[in-house]
Amino acid sequence: MDVAAALDHLAPRLSPTATKALNARRLSGGASLETWAFELDDGTPLILRRRPAGAAMRETALPLTSEAALIRAAGAAGAPTADVVRVCDGADALGEAYVMRRLEGETLGRRIVRDEAFASVRPGLARRCGEVLARIHAVPTADLPPLAASDALGELARYETIYRQLDAPRPILEAAFRWLEAVAPSPPERPVLVHGDFRNGNLMVHPDQGLVGVLDWELAHLGDPAEDLGWICVNSWRFGEWRRPVGGFGDYADLLAGYGAAVSLERLRFWQALGSLKWGVMCLMMYQSFATGQDRSIERAMIGRRTSEAEIDLVKLMETA
Amino acid sequence: MISHPTAAELAEALAAFEAEPAAPGDARHVFLTRVADNARAILAREAEQSARLEAEAAQRLTALVGAQGDAATLNARLCQALRDSAIAPLDPALLSHLRETAIAQIAIDQPGYSGLAALLDR
Repeated sequence: MDVAAALDHLAPRLSPTATKALNARRLSGGASLETWAFELDDGTPLILRRRPAGAAMRETALPLTSEAALIRAAGAAGAPTADVVRVCDGADALGEAYVMRRLEGETLGRRIVRDEAFASVRPGLARRCGEVLARIHAVPTADLPPLAASDALGELARYETIYRQLDAPRPILEAAFRWLEAVAPSPPERPVLVHGDFRNGNLMVHPDQGLVGVLDWELAHLGDPAEDLGWICVNSWRFGEWRRPVGGFGDYADLLAGYGAAVSLERLRFWQALGSLKWGVMCLMMYQSFATGQDRSIERAMIGRRTSEAEIDLVKLMETA
Repeated sequence: MISHPTAAELAEALAAFEAEPAAPGDARHVFLTRVADNARAILAREAEQSARLEAEAAQRLTALVGAQGDAATLNARLCQALRDSAIAPLDPALLSHLRETAIAQIAIDQPGYSGLAALLDR
């Protein structure tokens, strides 16, 4: 059964007034994870996330059942998320999958930082991001599905191992590893639920309502709350608006004021720098799939040339350290 | 000296893309066409700038690691010295070299990247 037929079959269980699914269309081109948009015949707009049977799972990615459970837990804690309507089982014939409501808004970072349509919500967005992260970090961790745990030194070691395997002679990355290792904060007293990819690009922003949804939970783990606060400040997600450190739309002070709890700017900036370092290594990793012949697309070759983007950001951070 | 990818690898990926039959209106193809345009621009800038930038890098590296050689060899020595903590990561002479290195590389890879403006603003 193909996806459209399976959704049709599932429609009555997604909404009591629906009899069939309409306009099923694939959105993302992810290799292992598919995202589909569709509607029900009663007008309900929905999203399907699925991992087809046999698709390879990224080492760090969560099972989709865990992803759905985290979205529900974050929603219950007051974070804006899409309602999960159904976690699929074998009878649904969709493989590992769940269905959630489709939110209305914009995720393209470039538009969020620049378009006139978002001018009225931009000034409050950094503070709102801080408030939302505080909600996510307050999710009780005892009832969550199994999650990996990490801290600053652990993340550094993980990425340095990857970097060594890539055999790329990059002195800026070498220096950044040694610098960050020397200044790494001790693990937090209480590890929290970390979203893991909280940045401009994974936030659904509505022109009037502001931040209406936090997307893409597949890298969630337990760790240091400053990791999420730092990641959204990495210059690569500011879309050219480098003077506004929070996602290209706000200031550190607004983010931290919205967050409320005591996280120092210094700790945030450590994780921001580690974020740039991780992004640099990720660019090299993605290039590697071209070099090994796994993916010979020009996109994969070119991403290696974005490593220098992370490098110039790291130099700036080291100069001002 | 620039690797990951080298100019030769980029040219190869570009030729492969150009040889692919295009489905008109295909969103993926439209996206890759933009990527290909960027690749051509990188290759043109690299052809024009890399010899000079490499000579300048070799000069700076000679002073920094105290040895003679081509830029690639000296760069590898610098990486090893950093790994061994023989040079401290925030050493001013090192940072000055890394700054020039980053500016030279972004001038080829992505001259419009905002991190360049941020670095020059001090």
